[in-house]
Amino acid sequence: MSVPTDRKYLKSHEWHKLDGDVVVIGITQFAADELTDVTYVSLPKVGTKLSANSRFGEIESVKATSDLYSGVSGEVVAVNDDLNNNPGTVNTDPFEAGWMIKVKPSNPTELNALLDAEPYKASSGH
Amino acid sequence: MLKHTPFHDFHVSAGGRMVDFAGWEMPIMYRSIVDEHNHTRNSGSIFDVSHMGRLQISGKDAIPFLQHVFTRDVEKMKPGQCRYGMICNEAGGILDDVIVSRDKKHWLMVVNAGNREKINIHFHNVRKEKDFDFDLADNTESTAMIALQGPKVIERVGGHLEAVQNLKRYEFVSDTFMMLVKYTVSRTGYTGEDGVEVILPAKMAPMAMKALAGRFDRPEATLKPAGLGARDTLRLEAGMPLYGHELSENIDPISAGLSWAVSFDKPFIGSEALKKIAEAGPAQKLVGLELEGRRIARQGTIVKGPHGEGVVTSGTMSPTLQKSIAMAYVPAADAAEGTSISVDLKGELVPAKVVKLPFYKRQ
Repeated sequence: MSVPTDRKYLKSHEWHKLDGDVVVIGITQFAADELTDVTYVSLPKVGTKLSANSRFGEIESVKATSDLYSGVSGEVVAVNDDLNNNPGTVNTDPFEAGWMIKVKPSNPTELNALLDAEPYKASSGH
Repeated sequence: MLKHTPFHDFHVSAGGRMVDFAGWEMPIMYRSIVDEHNHTRNSGSIFDVSHMGRLQISGKDAIPFLQHVFTRDVEKMKPGQCRYGMICNEAGGILDDVIVSRDKKHWLMVVNAGNREKINIHFHNVRKEKDFDFDLADNTESTAMIALQGPKVIERVGGHLEAVQNLKRYEFVSDTFMMLVKYTVSRTGYTGEDGVEVILPAKMAPMAMKALAGRFDRPEATLKPAGLGARDTLRLEAGMPLYGHELSENIDPISAGLSWAVSFDKPFIGSEALKKIAEAGPAQKLVGLELEGRRIARQGTIVKGPHGEGVVTSGTMSPTLQKSIAMAYVPAADAAEGTSISVDLKGELVPAKVVKLPFYKRQ
């Protein structure tokens, strides 16, 4: 399964992509496939302060409910409202259109502590 | 070590995601639960249900025995008929929900995979205690069972087996194909769609699957395989109970809304207790709930109505209705259609209302 090399990962399957001065966060194809059909994504409000490795939301599928984690601390500056009406986008395009939140990091070096694509792949066994 | 059904190789080759279900390695899905669900509603699906227990009962006391353990009156059944009902304990609690079929010379009972051992032990104990004279054979592992469900199934299967087209709901035929293969086809199912369930020798199962599932990977295929995930969302939309969710030893058939499958014309294990519950009226009732929004209330979620608390037994985002639906036990006074119920989703109270079961009924 493809895992883009232009971003960083948490073992809990969230990807983090630096885009200018914000970090975009979503979940991997592997996680989306494991969840199966996503039915609901609960995301924080713009302005919410996150600390590193804290829960920022929840994702539900026909099968299960899982927490969503951010690998960086900072302030939520944008959320993907399209997922309210089209949660299935997380299944079909998790790395692009299925992004979840944008965070203005308070400490961008936190990104360095996250996993690269290969170690992430190895850690999740796919 | 998980048990494999005769279709295990098929599941793996078809890309099934395999999980442990009551000690059996079964496909939860092949493509996507929603896709398989919708294909069942619109065309047809093939489900491996070989994990379900198949018990054959025959001999002199088969009828008195079944009358004693089963909630329905089997004496009135004709050969070729199937009946859904329960096996209860003395308190009226449900040990299992089963389908009993009357064949010419024997009876067949299909039990839940997770209850098979318990039911076998229960029946052996009853036989000993009451000194009944009958044979009990567990044919689960020598046979296979598939469910073919969906609006296009009868037409598709009727091409292979003409007798199927004349079967009424809850009837079955058992016959021998090419003088070799003994099979049973019943017009039953667990999806809310028309369809059949087929029992055949384990050895013939892969061949039958090939004939039925054929080239299922073509997008236009009439029948495609579907896993236990879709089976669960389909039965939930159809308002059908699942043992371990809506049914358990602590739940009686009256509270579960299954009075229609209980016959008080004859005594059976649990009948005295059930009569009392039926006369007094059950304290809680199983209802359908429709939640606002898109969040799912899963088993164990607490709900609150005007007369007290209840608990969710199953919930999902209905693929057909595109609504968050659930079944729950609520105080009997809160079971009327339209009653407002609040659902506690991790501290967030989501409004819901009691709706009529089933959530979905085929046209």
